[in-house]
Amino acid sequence: MKDTRANGLTKEMFRKLSFRPPAETLAGESVPVWRDVLRRLASSKLAMSGVVFLVLLAIMAIVGPLVSPHDYYTNNLDHTNEPPSSEYWFGTDSLGRDLFSRIWMGARISLTVGLAAAMIDLVIGIVYGGIMGYVGGRTDEAMNKISEILYSIPYLLVVILLLVVLEPSMWTIILALSVTGWINMSWIVRGQIMQLKNQEYVLAARSMGAGGARMLFKHLIPNTLGPIIVTLTLTVPSAIFSEAFLSFLGLGVQSPAASWGTMINDSLTSFTLYPWQMAFPAVLISLTMLAFNVFGDGLRDAFDPKLKK
Amino acid sequence: MNLTSEPPTLDPALAQDSVSFTVLTGLYEGLTRKDADGKVIPGMAESWDVSDDMKTYTFHLRKDAKWSNGDPVTAHDFEYAWKRVLDPDMNPASPYAYQLYYIKNAQNYNIKQDNPNHISDPNQVGVKATDDDTLVVNLENPTPYFLSVTSFWTLFPVHQSAKSNSAWAAEANTIVSNGPFKITTWKHGNEIDLVPNENYYAKDEVKLQKVHFVMVKNSATELKMYQTGQLNYSGFPTGEIPIEQIAKLQQTNKDELRIKPIASTYYYNFNTTKEPFDNANIRKAFALAVDRQQLVDKVTKGGQEPALGAVPPSIMGEKQSFREEYPDTDLFKPDVAEAKQLLAQGLKEKGWTQLPPVTLTINEGTGHKQIAEALADMWRKNLGVDVKIETQEWKVFLKNRQSLNYQIARSGWSADYNDPMTFIDMFTSTSGNNDIGFKNAQYDELVKKALASGDQHERMQLLSQAENILIKDNMAILPLYYYTGVHMVNKNLQNIVMDYQGMVDYTRSYVK
Amino acid sequence: MVRYWGGKLGSVLLSLFLLATATFFLMKAIPGDPFTAEKAVPPEIKAKLMSFYGLDKPVWEQYLIYLKKLVHLDLGMSMKSQYRTVSSIISDSFGFSFRLGIFAIVVSVIVGVGLGIVSAMHHRKLIDGTAMVLAVLGVSVPNFVLASLLQYVFGEELNWFNVAGLNGPLDYVLPVIALSSLPIAYIARLTRSTMLEVLTAEYIKTAKAKGLPNRVIILKHALRNAVLPVLTYLGPMTANIVTGSVIVEEIFGIPGLGQYFVDSVSNRDYTLIMGITLFYAVILMVARLLTDIAYGFVDPRIGFRSRKEVSR
Repeated sequence: MKDTRANGLTKEMFRKLSFRPPAETLAGESVPVWRDVLRRLASSKLAMSGVVFLVLLAIMAIVGPLVSPHDYYTNNLDHTNEPPSSEYWFGTDSLGRDLFSRIWMGARISLTVGLAAAMIDLVIGIVYGGIMGYVGGRTDEAMNKISEILYSIPYLLVVILLLVVLEPSMWTIILALSVTGWINMSWIVRGQIMQLKNQEYVLAARSMGAGGARMLFKHLIPNTLGPIIVTLTLTVPSAIFSEAFLSFLGLGVQSPAASWGTMINDSLTSFTLYPWQMAFPAVLISLTMLAFNVFGDGLRDAFDPKLKK
Repeated sequence: MNLTSEPPTLDPALAQDSVSFTVLTGLYEGLTRKDADGKVIPGMAESWDVSDDMKTYTFHLRKDAKWSNGDPVTAHDFEYAWKRVLDPDMNPASPYAYQLYYIKNAQNYNIKQDNPNHISDPNQVGVKATDDDTLVVNLENPTPYFLSVTSFWTLFPVHQSAKSNSAWAAEANTIVSNGPFKITTWKHGNEIDLVPNENYYAKDEVKLQKVHFVMVKNSATELKMYQTGQLNYSGFPTGEIPIEQIAKLQQTNKDELRIKPIASTYYYNFNTTKEPFDNANIRKAFALAVDRQQLVDKVTKGGQEPALGAVPPSIMGEKQSFREEYPDTDLFKPDVAEAKQLLAQGLKEKGWTQLPPVTLTINEGTGHKQIAEALADMWRKNLGVDVKIETQEWKVFLKNRQSLNYQIARSGWSADYNDPMTFIDMFTSTSGNNDIGFKNAQYDELVKKALASGDQHERMQLLSQAENILIKDNMAILPLYYYTGVHMVNKNLQNIVMDYQGMVDYTRSYVK
Repeated sequence: MVRYWGGKLGSVLLSLFLLATATFFLMKAIPGDPFTAEKAVPPEIKAKLMSFYGLDKPVWEQYLIYLKKLVHLDLGMSMKSQYRTVSSIISDSFGFSFRLGIFAIVVSVIVGVGLGIVSAMHHRKLIDGTAMVLAVLGVSVPNFVLASLLQYVFGEELNWFNVAGLNGPLDYVLPVIALSSLPIAYIARLTRSTMLEVLTAEYIKTAKAKGLPNRVIILKHALRNAVLPVLTYLGPMTANIVTGSVIVEEIFGIPGLGQYFVDSVSNRDYTLIMGITLFYAVILMVARLLTDIAYGFVDPRIGFRSRKEVSR
């Protein structure tokens, strides 16, 4: 019985979270909530600046490599490790390749990987953690232990196995990152749900006959949104850097392609000599994360009518 | 000095890696040693006689040789140690036991399983202590370089107390050594300390008061430790100097940075059994299209020398360097126009209009990716061929390479002894290290002849002919460069010697 | 109570058994063995080595032999470091990782929670923004970059600290900063976010209305409820940090467990892989169990329910 309940949920949950922010039930308003949320989001200058940055980033990832006079893979061994100049806008790397083109090619890979991995973690983590926390008892015990076992299996072994079984590609990276990536999220959700499910309003709703699934995704998950968003903003950069590690082992983007993570990795032994090789990808990652964070904050505040002033 | 990682063992019989070897160099001494020029000089043996057929060596041990606990070092210790390495029941087995296979009956004694010729009687092995100071060694074949083999780590003596304690080489307090130093501290994974051995016969030559080894994996950290004075030696063979830093160090630490050519070759394997590299002209095209000078100047940056052959220049030939006697420029000459022609010809022979997809397989690790990217770029520009690069985890990579599951694969080989044979016999059709699928009867024949010959001139000619078959005729491998050992030594530290192999001898070093 | 703890112990043992099984077969499924090397060991010698370590037997037999030893708490000998037992390798190296880890955890919790509270109380003010930027840097500057930068600036250029090693108390400073930057950032963000929610809750408003001083409200009521996600995170984080971070250990040359673990996998040192994995799992499971118990202290309703349900 529990299984069917769980299965039924996945779909429903997905919809509710994305399109019908559940805070609506708490606020008890009748206007379409997403419009309200958007309005509040738009009124936050900080959140909007984050959005603007992310949009710019996406545009650059698409057109960046096209506007540069150099492609990202051709070596120019007479112009290695050059600082930024009018010829090479972001300088060159140790093989004389144009860093400007490489940065935006890298943005495509890093952003796709980071976002896809975060989304997968989010979905699996919420469902798994939600069920653990809400159902409790033996189900919780068993699911909890399964997640701990998965978490303890040496990740390197899993990666090497995937490397042998699968062809290296972006999807392989995302798969490798998702194998255990969701576990942290599920534990956070579990803890939150365990705390919330005994609070008065939940008990009240339950006594009024609200079903498990509805309960979980309409009342409980929305109230754990804060920690979820925070965890999500952590997942993106960690996925970007894990990708560099996977590529190093041979699972993932293969040269001459590069990602932000591998660019930083490559520059690590020489950043005192050629700081720009590390600075551009590192600053871009930080700015991207800042943008996600202000956006995430704005989103959270927009969902939470209590904070309206 | 930095070892980078924990030595897996300090038992000379079990050691097989440069980290263990580096520590063992200080702790032990074989029958012979090598001086700064790589010449064999007396060690535990003060003299030796060689029979005319070069098959019997008689070593006379010095009488004042002592172990660190005061026991005398005798010929029996050597007999014990060598037979211990060869003992078919030694557990775990000595991985470098084959370094002793020059000795008569050694191989057939060492290998029991599935060996109809197995000899169970250790007395038939050609090593015998006739008295405390005399060791007589009988060899299978005339081996002109056997004296240099006796300074190899696997042939170091072992104190007979090892009989009663099989775990003796795992902790500092149970290691008894006969060399210039003895071990005082071994904090696993952390540090090792050696101090002079007061029982060493030439203790006056040992000036260092202490040799301190650390185990730091990160090359950038190692360099920082050197620059802040925590290390007096950094880089090859047990450490590493980051490639990108070399150019700067050549200016800032000119007196301390040393670049020493060593007997190792960096090359790419062609899988000669798999399309498209089962075609010699296509292989040649790939080899001729590479600008090696640019590669070493702009990419590897460690003062390496471009390689056109398998045998590196620091390997001795008949009288001088093998490469001076038989220059590698006679093997082939890089030429883009000719490369294009060869490619066209190869394609025609195969009946193709264009080359099937080519993947270059490399392992993770410093510099390999850069080299592969540079080569792929040269092939694209010079031959119009797109080569995909695939990185693999080290052991996965080795497994694939050994089972011929690749098209082109990175490779490198370092000398076991100072003779071209160490680079040539690995490509015979029966060799366990032949991972290019190369099978050539004429080549095998030449190697066999060279093994049986005691005449250096004839041997060198045979080996050169073999190299011609391997590279000039078949281009079975793609030579790229001869390695260098880039390292830094504190300018106050004198007389630290790197040998032809790149191993470092610090035993006679002193502080200025 | 006895049944409760008995049940917990049973499930931990069962999990360890399942983990050992999964890891064992996974480890055997990947290519290579301890004796795969650039210079191939002659096949006859390799056969001898394989049989010495029992690697010539069928995998399931090796598995049974391993389990049998494990039941007697014998983790076996390392296949790479000759004549060293897995337990001695773990006990030698764990000390370094543990000491470093404990410091890092304490620093992370104090700074992280502190920063989180301050931001929440000054929501949308300058201090909140600054804290956010710091936190974002904490998560988006990976620790290998941070560790290298710290080492370069404070070790090499300013020469305030040793660039590597873990011998004196000062040697702890840089690695602890590198280890705790991410946890600090994450804990600060978590605390801020839950605090904001709690601060607007009815009972806090009531407390405020009652005229309780701000500090009492924060510490006694709000923090208590806000700390739960931090606790959740602390469980696995503790396990991860005290068993060693490869990157930080590698950069600062610390002979901890993290490096051994990565080496054991690349060496295919089978017994060491198993040993460290099980050791890690025990720490993880204990840490998570303690987290669950701590939930009960923070919010008694959680503890009561889960206990009742388990003993049911």
